[in-house]
Amino acid sequence: MLILDCPCCGVRGEETEFHSGGEAHLKRFGPGSSDDDFHGYLFEKVNPKGVHFERWRHVNGCGKWFHAARCTMTLEVFGTYSAQTLEPPQEIKDKITAKRPGWSWREFS
Amino acid sequence: MSNAAVSALNGATVQGFARVEEMGLQGMITLRGDLASAKVKNAVKEATGQDVPALRSLNTGDKGAVAWMSPDELLIMVDYAGVTDTLALIEAALSGEHFLAVNVSDARAMFRVSGSAAGVRETLAKLCPVDMTPGAFEPGMFRRTRMAQIPAAIWMPDAETVQIVCFRSVAEYTFNLLRDAVAEGGEVGLFS
Amino acid sequence: MSTRLATGGRLLDKSRTLDFSFNGKQLKGVEGDTLASALLANDQMLVGRSFKYHRPRGIVASGGEEPNALVGLGEDGKFEPNQRVTTTELFDGLTCTSQNHWPSLEFDVGILNSKLFARFLPAGFYYKMFIHPRPLWKHVYEPFIRQSAGLGKAPRDRDQDSYEHFYAFYDVVVIGGGVAGLQAAKAAGQAGAKVLLMEQDPHWGGRAPVDGGTIDGQDPQAFVDATLDELKSMDNVTLRIRMMGAGVYDHGYVLGYERVNDHAPSAKGPRHRLWRIRAGQIVTATGAIERPLSFAGNDIPGVMLASAVRDYAVNYGVSIGDRTVVVTNNDDAYLTAITLKEAGLEVPAILDARASGGGALADRARDMGIRVETGKGIASVKGGKRVEGVAICAQAGEGAVLEEIKCDAVAMSGGWSPVVHLWSHCGGKLIWDEAEAMFRPDPEKAPTGDTGEGFVIAAGAANGMFALGEALTDAQSAGEAAAKATGHKGKSGTAPKGEAPSYAAIQPVWMMPQGANIKLRMKAWLDFQNDVKVSDIQLAAREGFESVEHAKRYTTLGMATDQGKLSNINGLAILSDALGQAIPQTGTTTFRPPYTPISLSSIAGNAIGDTFQPIRKTPMHDWHEENGAHWEPVGAWRRPYTFQKSGESVEDAVIREIKQTRESLGLLDASTLGKIIVKGPDAGRFMDMLYTNMMSTLKPGRCRYGLMCGENGFLSDDGVVARIDEETFLCHTTTGGADSIHAHMEEWLQTEWWDWKVYTANVTEQYAQIGVAGPKSRKVLEKLTNDDVSAEALSFMGWTEITVAGIPARVFRISFAGELSFELSVPASHGRALWDALMEAGAEFGVTPYGTEAMHVMRAEKGFIMIGDETDGTVIPQDLMMHWAISKKKEDYLGKRAQEREHMADPNRWKLVGLETTDGSVLPDGAYAVADGTNANGQRNLQGRVTSTYYSPTLDRGIAMGLVHNGPDRMGEVLDFPKVDGTIVKAKIVDQVFFDKDGEKQNV
Repeated sequence: MLILDCPCCGVRGEETEFHSGGEAHLKRFGPGSSDDDFHGYLFEKVNPKGVHFERWRHVNGCGKWFHAARCTMTLEVFGTYSAQTLEPPQEIKDKITAKRPGWSWREFS
Repeated sequence: MSNAAVSALNGATVQGFARVEEMGLQGMITLRGDLASAKVKNAVKEATGQDVPALRSLNTGDKGAVAWMSPDELLIMVDYAGVTDTLALIEAALSGEHFLAVNVSDARAMFRVSGSAAGVRETLAKLCPVDMTPGAFEPGMFRRTRMAQIPAAIWMPDAETVQIVCFRSVAEYTFNLLRDAVAEGGEVGLFS
Repeated sequence: MSTRLATGGRLLDKSRTLDFSFNGKQLKGVEGDTLASALLANDQMLVGRSFKYHRPRGIVASGGEEPNALVGLGEDGKFEPNQRVTTTELFDGLTCTSQNHWPSLEFDVGILNSKLFARFLPAGFYYKMFIHPRPLWKHVYEPFIRQSAGLGKAPRDRDQDSYEHFYAFYDVVVIGGGVAGLQAAKAAGQAGAKVLLMEQDPHWGGRAPVDGGTIDGQDPQAFVDATLDELKSMDNVTLRIRMMGAGVYDHGYVLGYERVNDHAPSAKGPRHRLWRIRAGQIVTATGAIERPLSFAGNDIPGVMLASAVRDYAVNYGVSIGDRTVVVTNNDDAYLTAITLKEAGLEVPAILDARASGGGALADRARDMGIRVETGKGIASVKGGKRVEGVAICAQAGEGAVLEEIKCDAVAMSGGWSPVVHLWSHCGGKLIWDEAEAMFRPDPEKAPTGDTGEGFVIAAGAANGMFALGEALTDAQSAGEAAAKATGHKGKSGTAPKGEAPSYAAIQPVWMMPQGANIKLRMKAWLDFQNDVKVSDIQLAAREGFESVEHAKRYTTLGMATDQGKLSNINGLAILSDALGQAIPQTGTTTFRPPYTPISLSSIAGNAIGDTFQPIRKTPMHDWHEENGAHWEPVGAWRRPYTFQKSGESVEDAVIREIKQTRESLGLLDASTLGKIIVKGPDAGRFMDMLYTNMMSTLKPGRCRYGLMCGENGFLSDDGVVARIDEETFLCHTTTGGADSIHAHMEEWLQTEWWDWKVYTANVTEQYAQIGVAGPKSRKVLEKLTNDDVSAEALSFMGWTEITVAGIPARVFRISFAGELSFELSVPASHGRALWDALMEAGAEFGVTPYGTEAMHVMRAEKGFIMIGDETDGTVIPQDLMMHWAISKKKEDYLGKRAQEREHMADPNRWKLVGLETTDGSVLPDGAYAVADGTNANGQRNLQGRVTSTYYSPTLDRGIAMGLVHNGPDRMGEVLDFPKVDGTIVKAKIVDQVFFDKDGEKQNV
């Protein structure tokens, strides 16, 4: 059972306090977007073996959404950070690079 | 009107190695806003006599208490009968600001577990995935968490007491959880 | 025979006699006994029958690895099957019964399985035999298997005991309270770490006090006592006995299974407590388990692990037999021979399979006058329900008998396997140690936690460090390393000096003799509980089950309740040999938690009885309960489905409620409806994104019904929105949707539109809400308020604040029943008072509380949709002909883009219509309308389905709604709906509004 650090309230809590919300950094495509773009947004979620970025909610806690960067294979957590951002913070990207050289995830690497 | 108001369990109590009681009606206001703003600080001061609490903490005084719920949310606790006035006061103080203040007194139930310092800590450690060790959890802290199968918030008014806030609809479930957790013979002996 | 010795029994208090019974027989034990030692002291060696062949089985081990000796413990509400006698502490009044026998333990009919059918029940028998012919399965095989299968019987009565969980947090958790665990805990504690040390047994020290040697020149027990005293004096160290490390999970999560009151079942308090522990580092000092040897007849009662024979003698003062033959491939079993000899018992021979024999201990045994035979083994054991003798052979040969020796017990040792279970649970890898013939933890490949660093350290015998001295130094460094890894750099002491006789090298012996013929191999047991023999594994290998995981499942090796603690290593060695490959190539099966079975009740903890799950109750719940509520679960809420009067059926109650509401006055407890406040300068903009309708144009004081969709376009929720003021909306959601819709709002506000100035608050429980419906609803309201609730002051779809029965309320002029109706919303603490006032004031109108079913029927009569009936996650608002609720002016709302997708915009979708049976009957719920022809799978083509169907008391006929292919264009057409019984109901497509199409009743 995972432990996550909620970046919003600082609690280091066990998984039962949280709720997973799927892939992070979704780019929304609304009316006027192409079929391909909309299809990609709605259906083509990634679930890689290795480095992954996810949305979590501290549902039994402060109620806030945040992002987590972790390894789906070893369950190592590289870091958690604000949901109010379009990309992972540099320090988290650096941390992943140190541990998983050559990693990439969507447009990030 | 308030003489007709009844809390979820009407003050039910049970005694085990610690005592559990439903505390009756408690005035509560959810205040959302920019907690760093001078106006919010002022509003909280006026409503409770207290400063805006630090992360995951609670400030208490004679006039009322205020707890940190999330980065943009506080829980203000005053007398049940005083909520309407306090709300008006907050709304006046925050006039022109982007905020939300709403009465949630009736949406909640509040419990007190009291007894030995070790006993009250053990009781909560049976139900919440929170480190209840002295030092790890102390009076002044305010923790929202999971209590068995429901969300709850806990804090310690003093070393021998824990208070719990949960939703009103699950008050009976909460009471029963606590009743079982304080049952005689269930002392763990960890914090004594 | 086995009996109590005059001497020995270091764990006993012989002054306290305990009475207990086995299969109704009254027996006596003493304080400190396990059930196993007490049974053996009473010469009750035979304790059960094996799973497949019902062979007589005795106690083999002295701890949690015991495969045979399982009993049904206790009676009635305290009964529990499959309890290991070796880990059951004896208490006064204990009752137990043996399992898996019929008609009696001594004479069992199932033994015929063994005598007659053994050669017909080889590995994979079930898979091979029961495929065909099919009739044999039903009439022959299944009854046969049912008769013979199963171990203990399931309890019949409800468990009387209580159980609980406990959350605990430590820097270092040390599992195992032997000398290694004690030393590791001390080292970590001295370094400043917060330490938990747990021991599954009721006493500390593990094997060392039995096995001897010295620690810092003293008896190991003296070291145990002194270290315990030290640990007890340390505030940062917690000690728990009777607590087993059941499992190690991700990120340092450990389950500790504390058997609080198993040994004192009449004491107050929980029987078991499951500790849910979070550890920074875990030290597994779990010791090692001795392996049996695979020789013919090794399952006959009286054949026991050498260490167990020693344990019973030293710990419990029990001898297993008067004459014990020791058979071994290592030096450790010599300790058993020496112990027995010292206790005055006969050891006719030590059979050492090693041609070179043993070391210092062997010399000592010889000096004591014990006959030691090297290069020898057992060809077969003589006896049935009890060992009578052994036939000796050369280990190197095929089993030719050299000599027979009379004996009544055999102590066997095939070497030791570190208990690597907890190390392995979360991914720790193993290496094969050729010299010691064992798998040991690979320190380079520990399980990793959230930081990516290892979080488990094995120590002592669990780490393959068997010698006392090296076990203690290993434990010291494990404790220090664990403390350091959790940030504690205080100074630890040094490891004490442990000294014990050195051992000569072990020689792996996987089969005895090494060239055993098939007759011997068919009697050489690997898995005692599941009856798997050497020959079964070899057969599996021949048949191509080369993966150890496949061979395990094919033969059931290691799949019994003991999970192969004694059998797995021997089994995979046999498999490796059969496949001609090295043991590491075969590998082990996966070690899964729990280490030994734990009670299901401990896992449930407090989720039982009235705390099984949270049941949400409205402020009026008690009134409903007292007035005949027939409950319906809606999410976690309980809502009255109907209020039954005495002598009234549920159906009649619903009809009465509907009629009375339509004719006069009904009350509905609508408190469970979700209520969410949305406030801020951008609230209107946000509402326009959430709902398909235009919400920003709603005027304060007015209400609007709205639809919510997900980004996939499908309907997710609906409800009435009231605008409170310029910046504030109150959104009503469905009962089940309150929490998820609030989460949905917050997700969009926090992850997509975080620059929008909007706050939300879920105030569902702040308000008790009562629907007052029916022609007399205004009249009853006027009795309770001085405020103006006339049609002019409060028109349909308006809301206002009034005082009713002295309580401040919001009143909404909305209607789900299609009648003149008012929804009153008051603080929950006043809900019951308002309900009572309405009941009293409504008495003159025959006020009738109604439940969810009447509500459903009345809304269906009006053609209103219900989320979850008309929708199922694949339905868009356009399917429900709700174009009027979809804004055409808005550029965007959640779901809009999806609804433009080709398939969604397809005119050929199934759409909502009313359905009226031609005979007036009620359509079955979920029934399908069939079309001509069949699909590619030969199934009948479909053209629609029923989404809601009821008997309408108002119309006295069945009414329904359904989704029908191009339905709205086919009014008047009659469709066929086949029923489960094959008959067909015909129903006509009609308008879905069956009652008061023009809304004359609600809009008054």
